[in-house]
Amino acid sequence: MSGALLRTTGLTAAYGDAQALFGIDFELRAGETVAIIGANGAGKSTFLKALTGLVKVPVAMVSFDGVPIGGAAPGAIVRQGLAMVPEGRRLFPSLTVEENLLMGANARRPGPWTLERLFGLFPILKDKRANPGMALSGGQQQMVAIGRALMSNPRVLLCDELSLGLAPIVVAEIYRVLHTLTAEGMSVVIVEQDVSTACRVSQRVYCFQEGRVSLQGASHELTREQISLAYFGV
Amino acid sequence: MIAWLDVLIQGVLLGGLYGLFALGLSLMFGVMRLTNVAHGDIVVLAAFAAIAGVSALGGTAGSLWPLLGVSLLLLPLAFGAGYLLQRQVLNGTLGRDPLPSMVVTFGLSIVVQNALLQAFSADPRALDVGELAIHSLPLPGGLALGTLPLITFVISLAATAGLQALFGRTALGRSFRAVSDDREVAELMGLDARKVYALATALAFVLVALAGVLQAMRTTVSPGDGPLLLLFAFEAVIIGGMGSFWGTLVGALLLGVTQQIGFQFDPGWGIWFGHLVFLAVLVVRPQGLFPKTRG
Repeated sequence: MSGALLRTTGLTAAYGDAQALFGIDFELRAGETVAIIGANGAGKSTFLKALTGLVKVPVAMVSFDGVPIGGAAPGAIVRQGLAMVPEGRRLFPSLTVEENLLMGANARRPGPWTLERLFGLFPILKDKRANPGMALSGGQQQMVAIGRALMSNPRVLLCDELSLGLAPIVVAEIYRVLHTLTAEGMSVVIVEQDVSTACRVSQRVYCFQEGRVSLQGASHELTREQISLAYFGV
Repeated sequence: MIAWLDVLIQGVLLGGLYGLFALGLSLMFGVMRLTNVAHGDIVVLAAFAAIAGVSALGGTAGSLWPLLGVSLLLLPLAFGAGYLLQRQVLNGTLGRDPLPSMVVTFGLSIVVQNALLQAFSADPRALDVGELAIHSLPLPGGLALGTLPLITFVISLAATAGLQALFGRTALGRSFRAVSDDREVAELMGLDARKVYALATALAFVLVALAGVLQAMRTTVSPGDGPLLLLFAFEAVIIGGMGSFWGTLVGALLLGVTQQIGFQFDPGWGIWFGHLVFLAVLVVRPQGLFPKTRG
């Protein structure tokens, strides 16, 4: 278990009386890409919210680089080096592309990501920097969402349903960019419903079922039958 | 013809004051979706604070220096009061349900009204601005522009332009818009939404204090005036469109002109002429004339 950059230990989370996560043990090592798969309502997004402070959890249940961060304010967690690309992109409708990107710099850590570097990664955004974020295509919006997260210079990128509602060719492009980031040392957690994509782009997979980890292992070692059983419970 | 031109001019100038009443309400609603039912009472509170301040300084009749000094003191005080009120009280009422914040600010309205009654009695009072109250600039055709209403209008115009520039061109304005759009994601970007809300209310209270001082300079105020001022502010915001500052000012100007037209027909018709336009906008264009033009 040594060498984990991000770790949860027996993580539980609840919305009021409704418990959503039951004792999740998870770890992400530096430079690793880990995929979380599972059906709707399995607790994947809640897990990411617990990591980022949007859902409050006990302090010791989440640690980042050895520092307990459970339940900390989202801003403090971003400053530690965790940034999230939320499900459905969730750009700020009243902000332009550039303003959306600059919002990511609110809790900026020292690092290489600047607007100019982002425009190098996603050249189309430079041309559309003055456009409202919501006027872009779904794929371009996803680029803005990823860029906005990168502006904080994170060490870990948490990506929730990157492929949701996007054409396959756009998804491929997004994952190509993600591969570029991981090649530079970024650690990534992706929540993905597309199991084949999740297994292809990650080194390890966690499968969630009803708030529990039903399966985990190296992506290339898991069989379709194992995943099917863990995913659907049948 | 000249008489109607005069109505238009006086209506626009009156609308300038209504614009100042309404900008704070528009700001708080735009950023937090919070309707401050105590808004009018805070205007009256600021007016009485200015009256009491000038009186405490022993201001001589018609001298504007004590008033200027009190106003300069009042604005940062209003900023602090707004910040603390939002941070300590109103932030706890925000959520999907707008009722808690309305109930709390309604309670605040009652507290302010009764505190003012206790401290100042029900008698109407005003700030003595001396010659400025009756000074005017002559226009061709026998028309005249009241200097004080003109100053009020210019301040209102400047406040609207300033707010729009703040929202459209500064990092703070970006933060206001971001928490208004999506509080959760804004927090993921490192913003402390509670602090941003407090800054919005602080700014709104500065505008309210300005409006209160100008109201007391223009006419008399009494502790029970708050609800009517709230109504004017609310009507201006609705006519202009929720969350749009220029729209709010246009709504206020329209309200002022309509009231003046009503007054032209009969002294008792002005206020309800304004209400009629408000109702007409609600029926024909419920989103207001210029809804949510941010930045």
